[in-house]
Amino acid sequence: MRDVAIIGVKTTRFGENWDVSLRDTITEAGVGALEDARVTGEEIDAIIVGNMSGGQFIEQEHIGALIADYAGLAKELHVPATRVEAACASGGLALRQGIHAVASGLEDIVVAAGVEKMTDISSTSASTALAAAADREWEGIMGATFPGLYAMIARLHMHKYGTTSEQLAQVAVKNHANGVHNPIAQYRNKISVEDVLRSIMVADPLHIFDCSPITDGASAVILAPADIAHKYTDTPIYVKATSQASDTIALHDRKDITTLAASVEAGKRAFKMAKLTPNDIDLVEVHDCFTIAEICAIEDLGFVKKGEGGKFTEEGNTAIGGKIPVNTSGGLKACGHPVGATGIKQAVEIVEQLRGDAGKRQVDGAEIGMTHNVGGSGATAVVHIFSRDR
Amino acid sequence: MITMSVPRFWRKQVARYNLIGTHCTNCKTYYYPPRNMCPKCRRDGKLENFKFSGKGEILTYTVIHTAAEGFEKQTPYVLGIVKLEEGPSLTSQIVADPEDMKIGMKVRPVFRKLGESSEKGMIYYGTKFVPE
Repeated sequence: MRDVAIIGVKTTRFGENWDVSLRDTITEAGVGALEDARVTGEEIDAIIVGNMSGGQFIEQEHIGALIADYAGLAKELHVPATRVEAACASGGLALRQGIHAVASGLEDIVVAAGVEKMTDISSTSASTALAAAADREWEGIMGATFPGLYAMIARLHMHKYGTTSEQLAQVAVKNHANGVHNPIAQYRNKISVEDVLRSIMVADPLHIFDCSPITDGASAVILAPADIAHKYTDTPIYVKATSQASDTIALHDRKDITTLAASVEAGKRAFKMAKLTPNDIDLVEVHDCFTIAEICAIEDLGFVKKGEGGKFTEEGNTAIGGKIPVNTSGGLKACGHPVGATGIKQAVEIVEQLRGDAGKRQVDGAEIGMTHNVGGSGATAVVHIFSRDR
Repeated sequence: MITMSVPRFWRKQVARYNLIGTHCTNCKTYYYPPRNMCPKCRRDGKLENFKFSGKGEILTYTVIHTAAEGFEKQTPYVLGIVKLEEGPSLTSQIVADPEDMKIGMKVRPVFRKLGESSEKGMIYYGTKFVPE
């Protein structure tokens, strides 16, 4: 197995981008990443793209070929393009598959990308599309929504551990504060705990400000064998671990509703592969599709004991400058959550941080960073660890 | 709309109407929703149909204010995870006043309309739960 490095990155502006189509936004991300890496089209061996549901959001499948075509990599160069899907973890999965391809020696230069175009349909229809990440036959048909499933996690977390609505709100407040400094973020405004608690209730105890938004956007990274990474960039970022784990599709079948066992397992596998512990991580991008999800994530990945995530957050430990900065990008909550793109965007944020290019949201001296991408209510988790040093 | 085609719903209609799941006689575990393979014993499992008593307790719940598509007229509605006395848990609506809901409360099953595919379309029925 070969070591793999990221040599170029680009995330497009996240938001309600009514003027931009799926093919436009992914092309912008891909071209930006290639320019960042100073790679030519002729050098690309493969494209892997994460996309949850082109079929439901824009009635377009065959996303891989579409992207290769509009990137000018199909008609003459015939670059192979593969779409992968694991609901909201599709981007993380694309990155992982790209790493596999390069590490195996089968491919050298691989574009790992993610894209979702979610605002061409109504927000109600988008919510229905997202509900397909849960068990349609035994959750959806009973009237379950995604906020509803995470609300049930939150309710039990509060009951078992005394987590409060204020502590959940602190996640959103912190992520919005980070989003202010991220030029591509969907929301660049600060909010207060009161704003969150006053916002409308979506699924008790989750308010609308506990939920990540519906977002358009794309993100891409260029992968290369570590041995030749310096040919392209002075600051390659090395992949220290890639891991993935599965759990039951339905929330009701989990061993413990408040634990995403797939996150626990993917985290353990990643730490083992990288020969690191949570103490070694300087910052982490976790999957905060809802505020409770960030609290579960920092517990499940081992940054804090189970049940203490709320208090840990309230004390400011996850803010920039805290013990372990979480979601410096603004997270899914403030940066936005174009579902197929999120897993790649997380990696781009870590790369920018480790390069020292994160501007006002820079974590001082960041050497090692981690990403955590979840599909559905926790049926898939994908974790990566990156480092400045090989 | 969160609906299903007629054959897709019909396929498990008996299980939905009567809370029929599966029991593995090899590892003695009960499953609802029904499964074709025992997740514990996998190919060594021996599954047979099992009708659950429907008695259970609320493991966790939420009150849905922003409904899934097709459920708008029902808001606010209570959605819960019910742990059946035989072991497995399921997701269902709880027909109760949100104010009365408590984790750990005992519930029993009732036969109810779940929804409809359109104004003149198919009506889905299934099992919801009410407080004991």
